[in-house]
Amino acid sequence: MSIAASFEIEYLQYLDESGTLLGEDAPAFARDVRALVDAYKLMCFTRVFDGKAIALQRTGKLGTYASCLGMEATYVAIGSALTEDDVFAPFYRDYGAQFQRGVKPREVLLYWGGDERGNDFSGPAHDFAWCVPIATQCLHAAGAALAFKIRKEPRVALATVGDGGTSKGDFYAAINAGGAFALPLVVVVVNNQYAISIPRAQQTAAKTLAQKGIAAGIESVQVDGNDLVAMHVALDHAIKRARHGHGASLIEAVTYRLSDHTTADDARRYRSEDEVTAAWEREPIKRLRAYLQGMNAWTDAEEKDWLAECARRVDAEIDAYLETRAPPVTAMFDHTYAELPLDLERQRADALATAKG
Amino acid sequence: MPQINLIEGITLALAHEMARDPAVVVLGEDVGVNGGVFRATVGLQQKFGAERVIDTPLDEAMIAGLAVGLAAQGMRPVAEAQFEGFMYPMIDQIASHAARMRTRTRGRLTCPAVFRAPWGGGIHAPEHHSEAIEALFTNIAGLRVVIASSPGRAYGLLLAAIRDPDPVIFFEPKRIYRQYKEDVADDGEALPLDVCFVLRDGWDVTLVTWGAQVKETLEAADALAAEGIRAEVIDVATLKPLDFDTIHESVKKTHRCVIVHEAPYTGGFGGEIAARLAEHALYDLHAPVERVAGYDVPMPLYKLEMNYLPNVARIVAAAKRALAAG
Repeated sequence: MSIAASFEIEYLQYLDESGTLLGEDAPAFARDVRALVDAYKLMCFTRVFDGKAIALQRTGKLGTYASCLGMEATYVAIGSALTEDDVFAPFYRDYGAQFQRGVKPREVLLYWGGDERGNDFSGPAHDFAWCVPIATQCLHAAGAALAFKIRKEPRVALATVGDGGTSKGDFYAAINAGGAFALPLVVVVVNNQYAISIPRAQQTAAKTLAQKGIAAGIESVQVDGNDLVAMHVALDHAIKRARHGHGASLIEAVTYRLSDHTTADDARRYRSEDEVTAAWEREPIKRLRAYLQGMNAWTDAEEKDWLAECARRVDAEIDAYLETRAPPVTAMFDHTYAELPLDLERQRADALATAKG
Repeated sequence: MPQINLIEGITLALAHEMARDPAVVVLGEDVGVNGGVFRATVGLQQKFGAERVIDTPLDEAMIAGLAVGLAAQGMRPVAEAQFEGFMYPMIDQIASHAARMRTRTRGRLTCPAVFRAPWGGGIHAPEHHSEAIEALFTNIAGLRVVIASSPGRAYGLLLAAIRDPDPVIFFEPKRIYRQYKEDVADDGEALPLDVCFVLRDGWDVTLVTWGAQVKETLEAADALAAEGIRAEVIDVATLKPLDFDTIHESVKKTHRCVIVHEAPYTGGFGGEIAARLAEHALYDLHAPVERVAGYDVPMPLYKLEMNYLPNVARIVAAAKRALAAG
């Protein structure tokens, strides 16, 4: 017997749970205090937004909302790694990346508040909107990457997908296309351990989700998704490769969903308090704060001031959201087609007449 | 002017649009080197290169999802499913994304993609190669659904589908791909996607159909004419959005209507046309609307497929029932 092929999956971590820098080979980014503080501030902002959005839903001012609690490092790292010209294809809790791309918190709230105008957001006009059906967005990113390759544009498409999403055919189809066509594509699996109630171990017998990329023939790595430094390094490498024509990559970001799946879920039904308590020990904000404070780059006073500033900014966004009037009834018709077919003109007139009473 | 058959009309339209618009790309299984299993894309890869005539891995969901991504980023993809029976894995991407891309982003992103497939039965093909699934798509808001039934209409309607700013499902009745040739000028003239085509004038009864059944329906009109009955024949061509006015105008004249389609009877698009006749043309009708459709059974394997498909005798009988009533 001989070996036809053999593979291994590397695991990337620089900052451990306590915020200690591991090993001798720390990247320059680990010493880039300004960039780290900026990222930290965005992570805090995202968490403040998240908490207030949940509170809005609990008080009846927002529809079902998908929280990103505990995944801030993964998303903030993605947002800072992409350029404006790149295309981002998110799923539906990717706010930390999207805020950096210009999406306004009020637009996130509009979408979950039942108004399509949230998808017509202030981020890059070519970015895809939130994607609910699971993993289908991976193929949109692959299609975008194929467009860039055909037009010879130095752009990259990046999709995020959950751990549950890696069970879907669209995910495999996308990474397979990425390999087969050598596309400028990066797929980040945000492995937050749960697909609603189904734990990661029940999703697949595969030891890692990263190794699914091996079957597609693309470079694949597992990363501590709660370690901003490791996420930055992995993304920077994958995006540079893609941009320079070296093809697609898969990054499995290992993190934990500290919240319920959405505000319509109660995670206490399917996981223990002990497990969640242990997960809080590994969460990304605490560890980055400890690291920054260890370098004297962030003080308790700065922390207090910044959190107050985040609250002020988010409250202003919430006010803007709450002040946004519902769209006119005709809005549901007006963008169905570039030109309204006769049938729809009649239905539009009917809806308008009914709305006027 | 070249004499071409229906599938050559498809090839001619693809070549014309690829030459005219660099954003047009063709993707699917075996569309490149092989020129497509029916030869619809023959010669295109040699002419336009492998980057624009793309042989994909074998996954229809991938083809559809790539087309959505390409279309949203400024390309004009024409995605091929080798047979309509292989389109089911595409439906999630088509319904959840292509059809609603424009409206859910309030026009920020759009999806000008064409999803084309050989359609329908009657060629002694294996299982899953002979379906009539148009009604699955006519209930999806945001799509156009088109079926070409002649070489000239294949050319003109496909040009229109590729140029349309919204997603189009484009079916090609494979049974009549090579039925006959006609003169088709490669003049780049698109046909409208919102009208029915009146193929034959008449005043006794209106026969409404689409796809390969245009052949049997015209033959039925001939048979009726031999008995002195003048049937008007309408090829709906674009099912969605439906040009009901053309059908209604005809029924105002004939007062009788027979709808012919090879898709199953229950939930077939004939039901939509019959419902509109009931809503808007009840007092113009002198007889109940007749429907001649496929039976409510899975498409049988080919030993029985011609027994499944509507035929001239059934269409003639339905027309005579309509004429005898009222």
